[in-house]
Amino acid sequence: MSRIAARMKACQDRGRKAVIPYIVAGDPWLEITVSAMHTLVDAGADIIELGVPFSDPMAEGPVIQLGHERALANHIGLSDVLAMVAEFRNKDRETPVVLMGYANPIEVMGYTVFAEAAQRAGVDGVLTVDMPPEEASESNTIFRQHGIDAIFLIAPTTSNQRTKQICAMATGYIYYVSLKGVTGAGHLDTAEVESKVRFIKQTTDLPVCVGFGIKDADSARAIAKYADGVVVGSVLVDGMGECVGMNVRDNEADLNTESKSFNANEKNLFTKKITDKIMSIVSVIALGANP
Amino acid sequence: MQTPQNIDPRTVDYGAVPDEKGHFGPYGGRFVSETLIAALDELQAAYAMLKDDASFQAEFDSDLAHYVGRPSPIYHAERWSKKLGGAQIFLKREDLNHTGAHKVNNTIGQALLAKHMGKPRVIAETGAGQHGVASATVAARLGMECQVFMGAEDVKRQSLNVYRMKLLGADVVPVTSGSRTLKDAMNEALRDWVTNVDNTFYIIGTVAGPAPYPQLVRDFQSVIGRESRVQMQAQTGRLPDCLVACVGGGSNAIGLFHPFLNDHDVAMHGVEAGGYGITTGKHAAPLNDGKPGILHGNRTYLMEDEDGQIIDTHSISAGLDYPGVGPEHSWLKDMGRVNYVAVTDDEAMDAFRALTQIEGIMPALETSHALAYAAKLAQDMDKDKTILVNLSGRGDKDILTVADIDGITL
Repeated sequence: MSRIAARMKACQDRGRKAVIPYIVAGDPWLEITVSAMHTLVDAGADIIELGVPFSDPMAEGPVIQLGHERALANHIGLSDVLAMVAEFRNKDRETPVVLMGYANPIEVMGYTVFAEAAQRAGVDGVLTVDMPPEEASESNTIFRQHGIDAIFLIAPTTSNQRTKQICAMATGYIYYVSLKGVTGAGHLDTAEVESKVRFIKQTTDLPVCVGFGIKDADSARAIAKYADGVVVGSVLVDGMGECVGMNVRDNEADLNTESKSFNANEKNLFTKKITDKIMSIVSVIALGANP
Repeated sequence: MQTPQNIDPRTVDYGAVPDEKGHFGPYGGRFVSETLIAALDELQAAYAMLKDDASFQAEFDSDLAHYVGRPSPIYHAERWSKKLGGAQIFLKREDLNHTGAHKVNNTIGQALLAKHMGKPRVIAETGAGQHGVASATVAARLGMECQVFMGAEDVKRQSLNVYRMKLLGADVVPVTSGSRTLKDAMNEALRDWVTNVDNTFYIIGTVAGPAPYPQLVRDFQSVIGRESRVQMQAQTGRLPDCLVACVGGGSNAIGLFHPFLNDHDVAMHGVEAGGYGITTGKHAAPLNDGKPGILHGNRTYLMEDEDGQIIDTHSISAGLDYPGVGPEHSWLKDMGRVNYVAVTDDEAMDAFRALTQIEGIMPALETSHALAYAAKLAQDMDKDKTILVNLSGRGDKDILTVADIDGITL
C-alpha cells in the first residue's frame, strides 16, 4: 500500500478528514521549506502538497503566483525540490508528500529520470496541473512503475463520462477543484461541490479531496462534511509572504530578476514568524475539518 | 512514434495533420488544467461542424471581402529587386488589410465562431497590440464585450495601440505578473477564461495554444497562401521559387506556407527574431536556439533554462517577442520541410528603411525580419527566380520605436 493510501485509510478508520496544506518549495527562501514541512505536520497536516516553482503558473491566482515568483527569485528548480523532500524524509517517514506543479520542469528533466529521482527522494504523488489524462498515459505508466501515485484534477466542468475515465486512471486520491477559477478565488458554492463529490464517490473508491477556495474553518467544515480531505493553499502562501513583507506585488520591482536575500538575523526572526503563522492557519483549518 | 527527423517531407499528407488530439507529430496537443477541457471540446465540436458548413464559410468569405478588403494584392518590388541584383521579390500585401495586418483574418473567423456558439464576451492576449486591436475591432462590430490582456511592459511600449483598443470599446488589462510581456498576458487570459468559461470565448492570436487553436488559426490564415498560389500563377505564370515569412508564434507564416506544403519545389524560410544575435542569448528564436517543452497548452520549441523555466526574450519587435512558437512549425522544422533562420534587430531595421525608402512601403518591424532575410536570399539567386514575402503588417504602429532608435522624440 502506498504511503498516501495508508494515510488516507488511517484517516478514514479514525473518522478523520485529511488536512492537506500546500506551500511553494523555496518560498520565501530555500532552507525554510523543510522546517516548514515539519511544522505543517505538527500543526495537523495529514499529507503535504509541495508546489514546484514555475515561471508560468497558469492555474494560480495572484497569491500563489507570488509564491512562485518569490521561490524563483531564489532560483529553486525541480532538483532542489527533490532534495528538500529527501531531507524531510530523514526525519519523517510517514507523512505523504505530493509534488504539485506544471509539466515543463518534468518534461525537461525527463519523465523516467524524474520518476527515479522522486522515488529515491521519497515523493509519494505527483499532480501535474497542465497534464490532462489524454496526454498523461506515458508519464502515468512511468510514475506507476516507480511507486508514485498520479493525482488528477476533476473540475466543475468535467462531464460525468470524463469523470469516470479520470477515476480509472488516477491513484492516491482525486483532487476535486471546487470552483471555476484560479487558486484562491472566492466564490465557493458548497451545494454544487457536494453533488459533484457525491457523483465522484459513486464512481470510484479513491478518496476525494477538495481544493481551491478553502480559506477558513467555516469553508473547511462545509467541505469536510462530504469530502475525504481538504486542501488549503492560498491562505497559507499569503500568510508566509506576509511574514516577510512580500505578499503584495510591487509594481516597480521584478521579483523574477531581483532576488531578495535575507541575512541570518532576518531568517531567524522570519522563521519564528512563519512557524507561528503556519501553526495558527493549519490548526484552524484542521479544527474546522474535524470539529 | 516515428521521429519527425526521419520523415521524408515529400511523403507527408499535410492536410491530415493535426490528428484528432491536435498532435503534429510529437508537438501540439492539449496541456491545460482540467477546467478548460470542456470548453476546448465545445470549441472543437463547434469548429468541426462549422468549418464544412457552406453558410458559415460564405459569411467568413463575405467578411473577408467586404470588411477586410480581400483579396490582398501581390506587388512586385521591382526597384528593390533590381537594387539587390538577384531574384525578383514579390510582396503579399497583408498590410493593406483593415487594421493593417494579417491578424484580422483570424479574429474575423474566431469572432464568427463565438457568435455561433452564443458567447457574448471575448478575451484576447496581445503583445504589440495588433491582435488586440483586431480583436477589439471585430468585437465592436459584433457588439461583444471585449477584454484584452497585455503585459504591463508592452502597455508602456505600445501606447498608440492601447489607445486604439480603448477607442474601440475594449477594456485593456495590464498584466504585472512574471516578465510582464506577451507570455504573461497569455497566462492571464487563460486564468480569465478558467474563471469565466461559461460566457467567454478566448480569441488566441497565433497558431499556438491548446488544440484546436493551432489548427483553426492556421485554417483561417490559410487564405493568404490560397490567394497567393492563384495570384503568383496569374502574375508570373508559375509558383514562386521560395516563400519567406517572419515567425513569432507563426500565424502569418503558416497562413502563407500551408497551401504550398505539397508543392515540393517551393522552398520555405521562416524568419525568427535574432534580437542582439543568437550567440548573445538575447533573442526570441526558439526554433534556432531552443528546446522542446510544454507551455500555454502545447508541446513545442521553447526558450527555457535547464530547470524548465521559461526565460525572458528580446526582440526589437514586440510581436515576435515570445518564447514559444506554433507546434506545426516545430514539426516542419524537425522534418526539414521549412528552413528556420534568424535575423538581428539591426538587420531588420536596415530592411525596414530599405523598403520604406526604395518602394514607399513602410513595413511592420515584425515583417522587416522576413524582408531582411529575403534580401539576403535574393542576392544569391538568379534574376529569373522569384521570392514571395508575406508583408504581414504595416509599420505605422512602430514609428515611435523607430524614432526612439534614431534618437528623436516626436
